[in-house]
Amino acid sequence: ILEESIPSMVFEPFLIAPYDLEQYRMMVGTLDTSRTKNRDDEALYVTYLKALSEAVSKIDITYHHSLLNNIFAVRIWYLQRDTMVALLDLITRLAAVADQYLRECLQMLVNNFTPPIVERNEVPTWAVSRKKDIFSHLCGSLKTISDTVPLAPRMLRDIIDRSMPKLFDNKAKMISFVECMLGLDTDRMGDLIGAILLAKVVDLLTELDVNITWEDILQEEHDKGIFEMELEDLDADDDGDGFGQAGTKVCLGGNACAEKLDGLMVVVCEHLKSLDRQRLYKEFVILKTIFRASLLRVHRSKFAQFIMFYTCSLDPKTLGEGFAVFLTDIVTEKKEDPISRMSAVSYVGSYLSRARFISADTVVTILKKLVDWCVDYCDHQSKREATPIPNHQLFYATCQAVMYVLCFRLRSIMDYPNLKSDLFHMPFGFLFRHRLEPLKVCLPSIVNEFLRQAKDAGLVAAFVDPAAEDAIESDLSRTFGGINRLDMFFPFDPYLLKESDRYIRPNFEFWSMVKTTYSDDTDDDDDELEDLDAPEMNVGSLDDHVEIDINSDDDDLEYSMNKMSITPHHSFLHQMAMDSDGGLSMPARIRPSTSPPS
Amino acid sequence: MEALREATAELTVYVHPSNAADVRLAVSRQLSTLLFSYEDRFDGVLLSHEVEFEGDNEDVLDGLVPYFGVPVTANMLLFSPQPEMILEGKVEMLGKESIHAIVLGVFSAAIMADDIPEMFKFKRRGHGGKFISQSDKRHVIKKGSMIRFSVKRVDTEMNCHITGSLMPPHTGCMRWLSVHDAEYASEISSGKRKPRDHTKSEQKVQGRTTANREDSMVNSERPRKSRKRAVGE
Repeated sequence: ILEESIPSMVFEPFLIAPYDLEQYRMMVGTLDTSRTKNRDDEALYVTYLKALSEAVSKIDITYHHSLLNNIFAVRIWYLQRDTMVALLDLITRLAAVADQYLRECLQMLVNNFTPPIVERNEVPTWAVSRKKDIFSHLCGSLKTISDTVPLAPRMLRDIIDRSMPKLFDNKAKMISFVECMLGLDTDRMGDLIGAILLAKVVDLLTELDVNITWEDILQEEHDKGIFEMELEDLDADDDGDGFGQAGTKVCLGGNACAEKLDGLMVVVCEHLKSLDRQRLYKEFVILKTIFRASLLRVHRSKFAQFIMFYTCSLDPKTLGEGFAVFLTDIVTEKKEDPISRMSAVSYVGSYLSRARFISADTVVTILKKLVDWCVDYCDHQSKREATPIPNHQLFYATCQAVMYVLCFRLRSIMDYPNLKSDLFHMPFGFLFRHRLEPLKVCLPSIVNEFLRQAKDAGLVAAFVDPAAEDAIESDLSRTFGGINRLDMFFPFDPYLLKESDRYIRPNFEFWSMVKTTYSDDTDDDDDELEDLDAPEMNVGSLDDHVEIDINSDDDDLEYSMNKMSITPHHSFLHQMAMDSDGGLSMPARIRPSTSPPS
Repeated sequence: MEALREATAELTVYVHPSNAADVRLAVSRQLSTLLFSYEDRFDGVLLSHEVEFEGDNEDVLDGLVPYFGVPVTANMLLFSPQPEMILEGKVEMLGKESIHAIVLGVFSAAIMADDIPEMFKFKRRGHGGKFISQSDKRHVIKKGSMIRFSVKRVDTEMNCHITGSLMPPHTGCMRWLSVHDAEYASEISSGKRKPRDHTKSEQKVQGRTTANREDSMVNSERPRKSRKRAVGE
């Protein structure tokens, strides 16, 4: 009876019978969700909702104002499941009726992307368990609306844009919103607005990223001296539970932005993982565009770029190689702007070194392109007068990237005869003997390590001046930029965010795991345990299963190896190294076998 | 589809100097921002466009904003539904009180209960529900059916939402109409659609030539019918 009487009541002109008005008021009251309901009320509520769904055409925006208010203010997280389904059905019908309700309906749904927050900024546990169900219903409703009103996604896009969480919002809300948002990135809706949604997410990631400061990361316990602060805390070791790693991570935990970024990276990675092949390719293309437009040009972004790393790892053959080629094309393309090119070359170098899933022949192909470019550049230069060094920034950066990659990869390339011969045919001699003198300008640590490995491999003849070999930093090198010099940017340095680390770690190549060309000579396992101050300790001979970390000791070589990573206090420590006699005795560090709770 | 029409417009598109290398692309992109929105000056929704450039004149606009204006002639396809037009759409959602359809895959149309003839009864059973006509049980409107309806009102504010009506004759499920409605059947078999007389239409009213004598009899009745309707409104 109720069902039939309601439609007639809803159709309300100005003057109506008092009985009807009373009924109407009662209905509006029941629909007010701010009051708790008992069982009967709940059933009545559902009935009202269903009846209203049938009568949507008669709802008028001015007369039924309070009714509409009550409907749009509902927080569906608090509703029972059946009620929620009925309510969402009502909303979708309202949206289809006429344009006037569309915006409110969409806004109401988007408002419900975030769960209610109670006490101490936490999401209540019951909300967490219902999350998936609620999200799927919300996305389902949005999709139904977009099916019925095909132009709705445009409006939805604007609404999401406005409702997007900001930098300082609550972490749980942020993560919940993004998770639900990415749930829309499927099928038709994904085709229409997927790119925009991804772009917004990446913007948010980038914003969080640049707000994490290095001081937060390096903030250690104060009783430790500067040298006890292990540089390779930044270059994580095999044993993920090593003290240094946990210590760093604990300190990162104090930084709210880092936590939020961590949570969001988990959400994004999960989303990427859930995509099927076809969708993944589409997303990859979109991500490349977004990357090029924003991430590539961010000065020293720390972790956000790892979404590209993770995406590529999902399909190494196509995506992994594709990304490398994409970056190389930016480097060699004359029309690109200089900042993008410099940044791209840093990315190439770091990417090829650190991505385990990239095959050796891809590496050699890319190296060939880069070396060819360098040689062309040299040829071009030979025809002109000598110009000051900063103008050759890109050239030096490229040489450095090539050397950096070879430090990591030379040994594995040598294992393939055809690749080895390709590599040996590259005109390194010409490059390094050129009057531009890349060896003197590039980072000494990289140059030294490269020369050492290359000599062992026989790649580079011993033409290099021995005195130059041990140069810590030549004047040329130092004038080349200063502290914020671009070529010290290694984008894919070890990942430091705790939760999302598990997505990156399996594919990441740590320096301590790299086999170098000279590691065959002194392959002595006993060395790892004793005499940790020995100068010529072989970093490269570590096997993966070695628990005890011996990176702590070797002086210049190891020390300079740590410069393979981003070291913000680089210049400071550098200074120290130069002042002391070239020998730092790092205290021995044995990792405790149990890591402190993080 | 009556509401579709082609129009030619002479426009000046303002292009930022950074796009000077590829003006054609810039103009195309600029016009594309107008796609699928209702434009007052075109009096319709832009569906597609094609540009022709006139000469090489590019005037630099002085002042604070140095965009340059490119005069183009654009051929545009517009969708401008007017009341009384007959449109066709695919039914997407049904309810006791309303039928929701999609026109041209892009525009949403809703037909409310008041505008659905009494003879259609709603049956909830079955996938999504359906409307069955009492007079002919084969006349069924359900999800996925193509229907013809007349336009009652167009809301140009947001997405060009159309409110329609199934009351006028020759409306309903197209499949049924093509078999049972003589006039509609003749219309589609002759291959010509009779354009309506619209005040804002740029089309000329075509002459009524038909191949077959039978049709011509039907056609001769037509002007009377439409006149009647106009009077009756």
